Amino acid sequence: MAQNYKDELSGVETTGHEWDGLRELNNPLPKWWLYLFYVCIAWAMVYYVFYPAWPLGKTYTKGILGYSQREELDTRLAEAKAGQAKYLTAIAAKSVDEIQKDKDLLGFAMAGGRSYFNENCAACHGAGGQGAKGFPTLADDVWLWGGSSADIYKTIQHGIRSDDGDTRGTPNVGMTAFGKDGILNRDQIDQVTDYVLSLNGKTADAGKAAKGKTVYDENCAACHGDAAQGSVAAGVDGVGAPPLKQANWLYGSDKQTLVETVTNGRAGVMPAWSKRLDDATIKSLAVYVHNLGGGK
Amino acid sequence: MAQDKKGFSHDLIERNTLLLIVLVLITVSIGGLVQIVPLFTIESTIEKVEGVRPYSPLELAGQNIYLREGCYNCHSQQIRPFRDEVERYGHYSLAAESMYDHPFQWGSKRTGPDLARVGGKYSNAWQVAHLVNPRAVVPESIMPTYGWMKERPLSYGDIGDHLKTLKIVGVPYTDEQIANAKADLEAQKNPDGDTAGLMKRYPKAVVANFTGEKTVTEMDALVAYLQVLGTMVDFTKYQSKQLQQ
Repeated sequence: MAQNYKDELSGVETTGHEWDGLRELNNPLPKWWLYLFYVCIAWAMVYYVFYPAWPLGKTYTKGILGYSQREELDTRLAEAKAGQAKYLTAIAAKSVDEIQKDKDLLGFAMAGGRSYFNENCAACHGAGGQGAKGFPTLADDVWLWGGSSADIYKTIQHGIRSDDGDTRGTPNVGMTAFGKDGILNRDQIDQVTDYVLSLNGKTADAGKAAKGKTVYDENCAACHGDAAQGSVAAGVDGVGAPPLKQANWLYGSDKQTLVETVTNGRAGVMPAWSKRLDDATIKSLAVYVHNLGGGK
Repeated sequence: MAQDKKGFSHDLIERNTLLLIVLVLITVSIGGLVQIVPLFTIESTIEKVEGVRPYSPLELAGQNIYLREGCYNCHSQQIRPFRDEVERYGHYSLAAESMYDHPFQWGSKRTGPDLARVGGKYSNAWQVAHLVNPRAVVPESIMPTYGWMKERPLSYGDIGDHLKTLKIVGVPYTDEQIANAKADLEAQKNPDGDTAGLMKRYPKAVVANFTGEKTVTEMDALVAYLQVLGTMVDFTKYQSKQLQQ
């Protein structure tokens, strides 16, 4: 090993290593860096005293501040609630209709409802309530389970065909699978779908549609109504059967989709939200949905 | 300079590879043990809550697909104790809720949303429609499509062995659960069949023909898994004080 060679150019001593003639200057650590390092060590000591730090077998040192992130969260949530208390207590005490009549509360509920809608509802119903195949549009005036603010409130609370005890509809029970269960044969399904097409002014075989009316009256009218006006307008509770004379179709209105629907049935499910969201949030959502355009 | 020192010196370590390796191992081990061991001894690490159970066979098969497809690259399963996360996703995640996960799915890398409490948030039909084509229901989504999974039969002949293996690493599957693994897996896909045994062994399991396919497909398993995430603990039973570590 080389002796401690002093670099001629810089006058700094080298580390003593040499690699094929290359040497390393033995510069000391910058003072500012070194002192900062010592400060960090001292800071760690302070931290040990104030914050949770050392494991002690089954427990650990809690520190004199007794800090806990989960406790801090509780404080933050309580602060937020306290800040909104004026509105939250009023919302809790009033019905959805009453909230909408109060300009202040309406503004608060709409703002909150919008962000809760985007997080929880938009995945199925679309960011503007436009819906998707199998997931109802909330911005129109077709409501399978009622479009009053009280109806919307109840639907959000308990869901549709959900596991909630007060759910709308019956879990796992939807529109009968008329084809799959052998209630209607192929010809009858062909006829009744032509009848539904004819109701909507679409191309349909008049002869088949006429026969289809009989099939409709015997099998479909009980839920969808004598005049295909849907279960809500017909006053049939608990089935959520849509009107069949309309421009908005949940699954599609072409012949093929109608045949598929009659053959296999349909049973849309909406989860219950009362276990996931608090009451003020659900009321805000009901206000928001009611104001999307189609509320009755 | 170095050779002037007597006895043990840095120079000695740098020139003796074996010694360097041994000392590095000792140092790293101390660092590791100090961080890891207390988590096993401190009693409040895993909260004492009721309801967390091992995954049902179908859910477990779903978790395997979740891992295989790398869902964790975009989705975490860990709601952190911050106001914004709790207000968006629900109650913060507990260590207890992932104590039977091997491996756990914590993380903060979220290209998609956190999935720790996605169970029950959407209907089965939505989960299937969304996996088949995310854009069909969420136009702004950048998630890949998984439509092929809907028809691809699930390979589950060895599902009992998966339970056995997990039992070795500490997941408390009973002999009864292992013996019934295959039957339970099929039962969870058939809402018209007898599910009493399944529901007794795996409370809160979601029973449904998720995809509507005749055979058990990979998507059936994945949706069964997603639908149970975050639903096992009933948080109305606990005061927030009880969950503090």
